[in-house]
Amino acid sequence: MITKRIIPCLDVRNGRVVKGVRFLNNRDVASPVELAEYYSSAGADELVFYDITASAEGRSLFTDILTETARRVFIPLTVGGAINAVSDFDRVLKCGADKVSVNSGAIRNPSVIEEAARRYGSQCVVLSADVKRVNGVFHVFSKGGREDTGMEAIEWIRSGAERGAGEIVVNSMDTDGVKKGFDLELLKAVTDAVSVPVIASGGAGCIGDFITLFQTLPKVDAGLAASIFHYGEVKIEDLKEAMAREGIPARRIRRE
Amino acid sequence: MIGIIDYGVGNLFSLKSSFAAVGAAAEVISDPAGLAAADRLILPGVGAFGDAMDKLTGSGMAEALLAETAKGKPVLGICLGMQLLFERSLEFGVHPGLGLLRGEVRPIGEVIDPSLKIPHIGWNALHFVKPCPLFRDVREGDAVYFVHSFHAADCGDSITAVTEYSAPLTAAVMKGSVYGCQFHPEKSGRIGLSILKAFAESEACL
Repeated sequence: MITKRIIPCLDVRNGRVVKGVRFLNNRDVASPVELAEYYSSAGADELVFYDITASAEGRSLFTDILTETARRVFIPLTVGGAINAVSDFDRVLKCGADKVSVNSGAIRNPSVIEEAARRYGSQCVVLSADVKRVNGVFHVFSKGGREDTGMEAIEWIRSGAERGAGEIVVNSMDTDGVKKGFDLELLKAVTDAVSVPVIASGGAGCIGDFITLFQTLPKVDAGLAASIFHYGEVKIEDLKEAMAREGIPARRIRRE
Repeated sequence: MIGIIDYGVGNLFSLKSSFAAVGAAAEVISDPAGLAAADRLILPGVGAFGDAMDKLTGSGMAEALLAETAKGKPVLGICLGMQLLFERSLEFGVHPGLGLLRGEVRPIGEVIDPSLKIPHIGWNALHFVKPCPLFRDVREGDAVYFVHSFHAADCGDSITAVTEYSAPLTAAVMKGSVYGCQFHPEKSGRIGLSILKAFAESEACL
């Protein structure tokens, strides 16, 4: 039985995690490499590094930490942020990323999905969509959620999968940060529209939100979250244990 | 030294790092003549079977690899690299493989529940079929990371482990010192590293 994946997401600026994470003796940890190792040992099934750097200098710091992470962490690593062209795929894949997540870059130029899928395989191409309701219709937003594209989201996601995206990250801007649970209505619409794996993002506030997600929508493959993991509000070990208890297939780390 | 065969397919960074993490010396080998110097070989691979086989043959790596395995040198094929060990593949036409193992590579869509997603992607459990030295630190039910749309079928008694995706899919194979994993040990955490370490310390079946 394939397990439901739990994925912590780290925002990285100039090679450091944006908000330092408090763990291990109340020490603030801002090293993405150290955090990746911590999450990997805690049972994270995959990691997402999101580069929110604006400068070229920050960009090279990012690829340095990516390389170092891939040297030390042996679970799948997805990289997003500032991915606009196939050359950006190339840049991060060379540093040890396994998958590349494209968002605004694909909105500007949808053919980047096809080109990257042809070159690296669909398994490598993740389409990430920031979605928000506008007058009751799901719209796709670009530029980190700052700009309404006016495009209907489900159709955009469906066409992305058709172009060759091998996975979809659905980030609900309506539930993001609210911590009252994932956007089940949006996620249901997406899983009904595409046959590729769907990763839910935005809204998780507690373990129960993940349980509700996987029980209500068995076609959702993974749950992604950031701050609740970083601030220790949800511990991955506890989450996996709760999933197993509820009969949701989860990968557990064996402790010797 | 472990030779990671570079024939222009896929990213070898993680494999190289994995062997470093388990303290095994590994080098990427891009010249067929270099295979003789390695005492164990890794055949990686992602992408399409036909294209990979063309590159393997065109680079001279296929011939060199067959010469080395004929001497009993251990080889581990990973993901598409495992599939290449078989007689043929039905991925986009019929393509001959290396023929080191009996069996053929077929779409998983033929055997799985139609409501399940293709590719089979994510962590899934290993179920042992028969003992294999590479599993010395792996337990029944341990999860490893898969990404594939095709599987090895009709492989007779070479199967050492399967995984369940509404149907049993070939997860690992062995015949003499020819080994294969459909999953990615280099992406399967501590369990995956233990498999690579066991391979690095495996004995040749001469």
